[in-house]
Amino acid sequence: MKDPVIKVRGFRKTYGDFVAVDGIDFEVQQGEIFGLLGPNGAGKTSTLESLEGLRAPDGGSLHVMGVDPARQARKLRNVIGVQLQTSGLPDSIRVDEAIKFFCAYHGVAPRYDLLDRLGLADKRRAQYYQLSAGQQRRLALALAVAHDPPVLFLDEPTAGLDVPSRVELHNLMRELRVAGTTIILATHDMAEAEEMADRVAILLRGKIAATGSPLELTATGAGLTKVSVRTKGSSLSEPSVTFPAVSQQVFKDEYSIYFSTDIGPTVAAIIAHVEAQEDTLIDLRVERPSLEDRFLEITTTGGAQ
Amino acid sequence: MSAFVNHFAFEFRTGVRNKTLLMMNYLLPLGFYAMMGLVMTGINPLFLETMIPAMVVFAILVATLLGLPDPLVTAREAGIFRSYKINGVPAFSILVIPALTTMLHTVVVTVIITATAPLLFDAPPPANWPGFVLTFLLMAFACAGLGALIGVISPSSRMTVLWSQLVFLPSMLLGGMMLPYSMLPEAVGKAAQLLPATQAMNAFRGLAQGLPADFDPQASLVILLASGVLAFGLALYLFNWDRRNTTRRGHPLLALLALLPYVMGMLFA
Repeated sequence: MKDPVIKVRGFRKTYGDFVAVDGIDFEVQQGEIFGLLGPNGAGKTSTLESLEGLRAPDGGSLHVMGVDPARQARKLRNVIGVQLQTSGLPDSIRVDEAIKFFCAYHGVAPRYDLLDRLGLADKRRAQYYQLSAGQQRRLALALAVAHDPPVLFLDEPTAGLDVPSRVELHNLMRELRVAGTTIILATHDMAEAEEMADRVAILLRGKIAATGSPLELTATGAGLTKVSVRTKGSSLSEPSVTFPAVSQQVFKDEYSIYFSTDIGPTVAAIIAHVEAQEDTLIDLRVERPSLEDRFLEITTTGGAQ
Repeated sequence: MSAFVNHFAFEFRTGVRNKTLLMMNYLLPLGFYAMMGLVMTGINPLFLETMIPAMVVFAILVATLLGLPDPLVTAREAGIFRSYKINGVPAFSILVIPALTTMLHTVVVTVIITATAPLLFDAPPPANWPGFVLTFLLMAFACAGLGALIGVISPSSRMTVLWSQLVFLPSMLLGGMMLPYSMLPEAVGKAAQLLPATQAMNAFRGLAQGLPADFDPQASLVILLASGVLAFGLALYLFNWDRRNTTRRGHPLLALLALLPYVMGMLFA
């Protein structure tokens, strides 16, 4: 296995008596999209900002492409690109000036092509304050990737974006991943994390409460799988009809909805029952617990697994 | 070098593009100059003797003390310096480039004033041009340093106005622009020597306008130079990328050390 691109060991960050991050460990491999999730105050920003070289850790070690962010700022800036949550640009800077300005400090030719790609071509001469929130975020992303960094930090990248912009940004992220870029994605949008991230870590009160792929995380929770069934006849409408592993059942909009702890026996029994009653199955949907369900479960139970 | 030039060009354009900076760099100094030329020359004909230096000093004070600090404070508070740090913009450039572009704007205003005042108001041009240029450059350097220092230590835009006015208002009243230094009571005159405007007007009188200086004009130049060096040095030392959860290298009151040359001048010159 190759060396991880990001290596975090026993990282700790405090502000006075407040412990923001309490000795966390994780690694990110090349070409991974790694989601950093957690409620406000969980330690995401402290972790991100320490990896970006904006803060010095109070304990443990951090390495990005073998570079210590706290001690090797010059090396770090060539290997990372950062899309900050805050604006990061003066109000009066024009879009083309911003591209030229940041590319010059990275020693690369201005990447005006990114403006076409991110739908900002007609805004080249607009000043930053004249852009919509979505356009500002797209410009921030263009600036973050303009010098082709191998590691990209995205902090709430789709906040305030409309659907087409969001899709375009996700496509760009996928392309970057294919090209080998490692992406750290901090987001409150669980659907985005579930869709985009290869692995996620859920931070809670400065510790990692859970880590793994979105699929692994949703599979390990106590969340119930939702089975929605609609039949032509009334074979399921009798409340006395029960099925194995079902802990709760409700009727809504012509659907019988079952919450199951073990999906296999439940579905098999439902189908067998419908057939035995000579009824006809119109629709059957199985919905696994989402990452959002799992996230809520972890954050409300304090991370006990 | 390309990055520095790019940054310089952007900051220079901002000085005209941004309405507040346009006001501080050009509209207020030139408007005040026109008003003083029309009104003051009629009320006090002696004002003409030092009209050009006085208006140049006013232009420098407005651009550097009222215009320069606030964008620095606003940028820090908005997280722009964080973004600059990540992308390799050095603290030196963040502080020095706006100071240089502000000085360049004051050069433009100074050229306009110096070229038009003799024609429009019959104000005497400088008798000694090298002395005039040197005094102008050192005054602009000293005040740009103070402006950058105020921008670095000020925690908010409101405090920036307070710090700036602490230098600007006494300079207007006691700095020798409206009222000659010789007319000030002795104790007030001594206190006025703590102001860059007083030192600059003294140097302009003695080294540029061919008028008697009120105290050693060469010493005034040394004081302005020393103050500028100290102010820029302190601004770089106290510079903070981000006010959130970070500690400064020194207490903001260290900034008062930039006034040390004026205190020395007041006591010994």
